[in-house]
Amino acid sequence: MNQSEFLNLVMPFKDKVFRFSKRLLVSSEEAEDATQELYLKLWKNREKISAYKNVEAFAMTMTKNYCFDRLKSKQASNLSLVHSNYKEKGTSLDKKIELNDSVSIVHQLIANLPKQQRMIIQLRDIEQYEFEEIGKILDIKQTAVRVALSRARKTIKEQLIKQHNYGIK
Amino acid sequence: MESNKIEQLLDKYFESETTLQEEAVLQDYFLNSKVAPHLKEYQALFEYFAKSKGDRYTKTIQLNNKKKNWKWMSIAASVVLLFSVYIGYQHNQNQQRAEAEIAFKKSQKAFELLSKNLNKRTTAFGYLGTYQKTTNKIFKKQ
Repeated sequence: MNQSEFLNLVMPFKDKVFRFSKRLLVSSEEAEDATQELYLKLWKNREKISAYKNVEAFAMTMTKNYCFDRLKSKQASNLSLVHSNYKEKGTSLDKKIELNDSVSIVHQLIANLPKQQRMIIQLRDIEQYEFEEIGKILDIKQTAVRVALSRARKTIKEQLIKQHNYGIK
Repeated sequence: MESNKIEQLLDKYFESETTLQEEAVLQDYFLNSKVAPHLKEYQALFEYFAKSKGDRYTKTIQLNNKKKNWKWMSIAASVVLLFSVYIGYQHNQNQQRAEAEIAFKKSQKAFELLSKNLNKRTTAFGYLGTYQKTTNKIFKKQ
């Protein structure tokens, strides 16, 4: 596989990889590094890639694993200390106080979900994958995906209604 | 009418029983039409999803490994360091030898000088010896 064939195969989902890692790692810089690193890994394994039926799902699984490793590693824990002082737009305390910025509230609500639910929300509601694909990416059963997704959506719904009523009162 | 259908879809949505098509309908409703007042609280959710989709990776992806270069650089640096230490040691050794040679020559000269002068003294002692003999002769005769 030469470089242009490789790029044609993997470039279409680079934004998805980036957004998925950003959902897990929070910071844009970390997500950019993760995306770069992932593509390097894919490039190194380019001969094996052509054997996979669904390269995109495979890449997303790799992204997930890579991000989990990053979160576990010491380096990332050092970084998270930094992020307690400085956070991405939409997640900072100031932004949380601004109740009228309801879109960033959603961001915060999703950030508060358990990791698994966060990933499923990202893959379904933002990247619009089928349940079957999500199951493949996360290596869980379709029914488990549905249950977790429903739980996540309901949590967000309850919180949103709470916020909404709070705004009125 | 419209909002009734949306409500049904929302119920299904929260049970995660909607298809991707139905979710697209919901998204379209909350983004592009006049949202019924009692459904307003869900609008932010779908707005957020739509906004998040626009997040792009803007940097260029590099396929040649940067990290590996660092590894080689460090190996090269250590080799250079080792070599320079060796050269420095060698140089130091040579200098020490040269210094020792100079010191040796200097001390040799000093010894030579000493021995020359010492020889002068022995001849002087010789004179002194003859002087003593003659004085002895004189005193004996008295």
